[in-house]
Amino acid sequence: MSFFNSPYLLSVVTFAPLFFGLISMPLLPRDEVGDRNVKAVALWITLSTFAVSLIIWFNFDPSTAGFQFVEEYEWLGTIKYKMGVDGISMLFVILTTFLMPICILASWDSIKTRVKEYMMAFLVLETLLIGVFCALDMVLFYLFFEAVLIPMFLIIGVWGGPRRVYASFKFFLYTLLGSVLMLLAMMAMWWEAGTTDIVQLMNYNFPAEMQWWLWLAFFASFAVKMPMWPVHTWLPDAHVEAPTAGSVILAGILLKMGGYGFLRFSLPMFPLASQELAWLIFAMSVIAIVYTSLVALAQEDIKKLIAYSSVAHMGFVTMGIFSFTSQGLDGAIFQMLSHGLVSAALFLCVGVIYDRTHTREIKAYGGIVERMPMFAFVFMVFTMANVGLPGTSGFVGEFLTLMGAFRANTWVAFIATFGVILSAAYALYLYRRVVFGALEKQKLMSLKDMNAREIAVLAPLVILVIFFGFYPAPLLDVFAVSVQKLVANYEAAISQAASLAAK
Amino acid sequence: MPTLASLSPALPEIVLAVGAMVLLMIGVFRDDDADNGEFIGGLAIVLLVFAGALIVMQPASSASLFNDAFVVDGFARFMKLLVIIGSIGALLLSFSYLRQVGSLRFEYSVLVVLATVGMLMMVSANDLISLYIGLELQSLALYVLAAFRRDSVRSSEAGLKYFVLGALSSGMLLYGASLTYGFTGSTSFPVIASVATTTDGVLNIGLVFGLVFLLVGLAFKIAAVPFHMWSPDVYEGAPTPVTAFFASAPKMAAMAILVRVLGTAFPQAAEQWQQIIIFVAIASMLLGSFAAIGQTNIKRIMAYSSIAHIGFALVGLAANSQEGTRGVLVYLAIYLVMTLGTFACILAMRRKDEMIEDIDELSGLAQTNLPMAFVMAMLMFSLAGIPPLAGFFAKFYVFAAAVKAGLWPLAIIGVLASVVGAFYYLRIVKLIFIDDAREKFLDVERYTGIVMVLSAIFIIGFILVPGPLIEAAEAAAKSLRF
Repeated sequence: MSFFNSPYLLSVVTFAPLFFGLISMPLLPRDEVGDRNVKAVALWITLSTFAVSLIIWFNFDPSTAGFQFVEEYEWLGTIKYKMGVDGISMLFVILTTFLMPICILASWDSIKTRVKEYMMAFLVLETLLIGVFCALDMVLFYLFFEAVLIPMFLIIGVWGGPRRVYASFKFFLYTLLGSVLMLLAMMAMWWEAGTTDIVQLMNYNFPAEMQWWLWLAFFASFAVKMPMWPVHTWLPDAHVEAPTAGSVILAGILLKMGGYGFLRFSLPMFPLASQELAWLIFAMSVIAIVYTSLVALAQEDIKKLIAYSSVAHMGFVTMGIFSFTSQGLDGAIFQMLSHGLVSAALFLCVGVIYDRTHTREIKAYGGIVERMPMFAFVFMVFTMANVGLPGTSGFVGEFLTLMGAFRANTWVAFIATFGVILSAAYALYLYRRVVFGALEKQKLMSLKDMNAREIAVLAPLVILVIFFGFYPAPLLDVFAVSVQKLVANYEAAISQAASLAAK
Repeated sequence: MPTLASLSPALPEIVLAVGAMVLLMIGVFRDDDADNGEFIGGLAIVLLVFAGALIVMQPASSASLFNDAFVVDGFARFMKLLVIIGSIGALLLSFSYLRQVGSLRFEYSVLVVLATVGMLMMVSANDLISLYIGLELQSLALYVLAAFRRDSVRSSEAGLKYFVLGALSSGMLLYGASLTYGFTGSTSFPVIASVATTTDGVLNIGLVFGLVFLLVGLAFKIAAVPFHMWSPDVYEGAPTPVTAFFASAPKMAAMAILVRVLGTAFPQAAEQWQQIIIFVAIASMLLGSFAAIGQTNIKRIMAYSSIAHIGFALVGLAANSQEGTRGVLVYLAIYLVMTLGTFACILAMRRKDEMIEDIDELSGLAQTNLPMAFVMAMLMFSLAGIPPLAGFFAKFYVFAAAVKAGLWPLAIIGVLASVVGAFYYLRIVKLIFIDDAREKFLDVERYTGIVMVLSAIFIIGFILVPGPLIEAAEAAAKSLRF
């Protein structure tokens, strides 16, 4: 048995960052040279983790909907240590390992204090995030899901902006509040089904009445994490105050945990409740899409604007998931992956100019295309992807979710389409105010264009965003079968319940 | 006439009691100075470790002694070990502090050992009389310990407060015990249980009164709302290592006897006492979580935190099931370690022979002493119940039991209270990691450091090997009625 189909592959990928971080970081001295080594070590760890995680993709069999690379060990009685990925979760693992080295690189110059702790926090975070997407045991999932709060709290709180304390507390308490209810629901499921194994729970038919409550409890957690309107208010604060890399992780991966949760728990385990309560999701999604797009239009802080646009884009995701069509679900997953790249890239772009001017006020910019043509180009690509221009990855997701929604509910699709128009409005308005116009501000006169490190950070994202815009198949093929199975199971559960009701 | 061999189930208690007197003798015949205090303290620790080893080696089966007044079962052995660990931890934390304030007398360790004997008696009590004897032996030693710094007004005040309120609660407990005796004709738990069978679901009203007063007395001892008022003042006033002791071992013993009384003497009255426990649990969780928000003294914060934690532990008891008892045991074990670790951190807050209790002085600890800052932050996250730390599993098992028992309002209020509680723990983490550095604390002393590191290893490493503790707790819970 070679390493390439090693049964420990997922555990290795999950715990490698933590393990190697723990054995290397404490040894490095706390001075200038040490700091440089810390960064280099962190970069190497994350890069190698990414390389190893690609093995998962290459060995992944997209023709089956089952879980692959499954590991299962005794841990806590009925609660097992069980890991595995299917088409839905596998790409999120890759997204995480892909964004991490980018985060490390993005923090290269901007983090100057307590570098060692910072890098350690990111390595811990990487382990926990990968764990969320790999866990096949409910309690294990919850452990990873919640533990993410600790490093994220510290990242925002220690290395964030002026209002970082407020933002970090809000982030922590908001998400904790949602999650504890989910924990109670998990316990109820444990006693009801006698297992915490996600695979078995997917095949377990929870009583319709119980599904309703369980669904609501999970919804409380995932809606906050997503975040959906009206519980999205922690996101703009957290984004604005977090350091660039923190925002990248927040937007790129943390928000996907909510959508992933809906796909992993709500839809397959509580199909009846999902159907019954889909109207709630639709309503909240279209409100999120239209309302937060309007809010984004009025923002004066670049990061805040992108944060609100994230909420709007996540509205497409929830809408797509609860359309219960394979297009909608495909679109939702694709949208999450694409948004993971695009929003991460947008925050990195903000980071590039923030590092130079130390302000995020839109008013403080204007005409920087004259000094930073390369940046203007890169920023334009991502702005267009954010708008959902055909030819960028943003388009595929939005189009598919709208198509799914159209089949489920025409009015929802109709209203959501306004979001596309509005996103063009706020994104282009932002682009015009920052990049175009006369170069009048004294501070901007001496701006330097992107350096090699920044290009290295953003270039892969540019390539991927455009590549997947033209050729989304490599991603879509991975989860197509899993999604079809999910939809088929859902429809079977619904028709079974309907035939029972008819009798 | 019992033969000596038949006393073997009580061997740990006998060893400790005799040992305490021997230590007293040794101490008297040596110079009355701090070195003597430390020497006797070391012997006391050896004695406690020995008693702990005896408990571990006891056979797994249940045994009873003295006309069934004293039982040794899996439950008792589990709780006794916790009590002993708590006592050892508190002793380890005491020496350097007491030496510093000039109060390191040998009586201190002897009192701790005697209190421990009382607690072990309580844990094994199967009769109202042996319960009361154990409780009083423990309490009398604790009153003295609270006032151990004779020269300090605060310490004397704490001792007096603890004494007055403790005596009051003992009185209530006695009142309840006498009512119970009066209406059942026995003080033995199994006999009470067999006599107190309900007719048509109605329990004798006199017995209900007895039960309520017993519960009030015990609620005082565990500082559960609404009988918690003494605890913040006593926690603040007592010498810090004594506070650490109060927060650990006696809580274990009192919770153990509460579980045993309700489980073995009043199983028929479950419906009645469940109501009370649910109310007390909810009130404790809410008050503990909300009242700590306004505090700035770390010892007071820990007092409110311990009120809240007792509330969480009671959630498991309210479930009135084997899972619930397991939850309580797991909770207490994990809470014990977290408390000792936290008090080790508090004792390490020193500058120039001055103990710091204001949490603002923790500001920027991560920049001046990263290892301690890390341990303390992890302890705070663990106390808040954030995974993957041990504190999460403690809450997990009690709430799982409550959910299984269908106590939804209790479970929901409980988890929401834990979110509120997270706020003040986070505030301490914020001070430690986010705020600007202040003057450095003195270096951490050896024993304090050992307790700190051991507790950190436990709460972080628990996730790797959770099995032994959970299984031990499960076996212990099985040996009780449930």
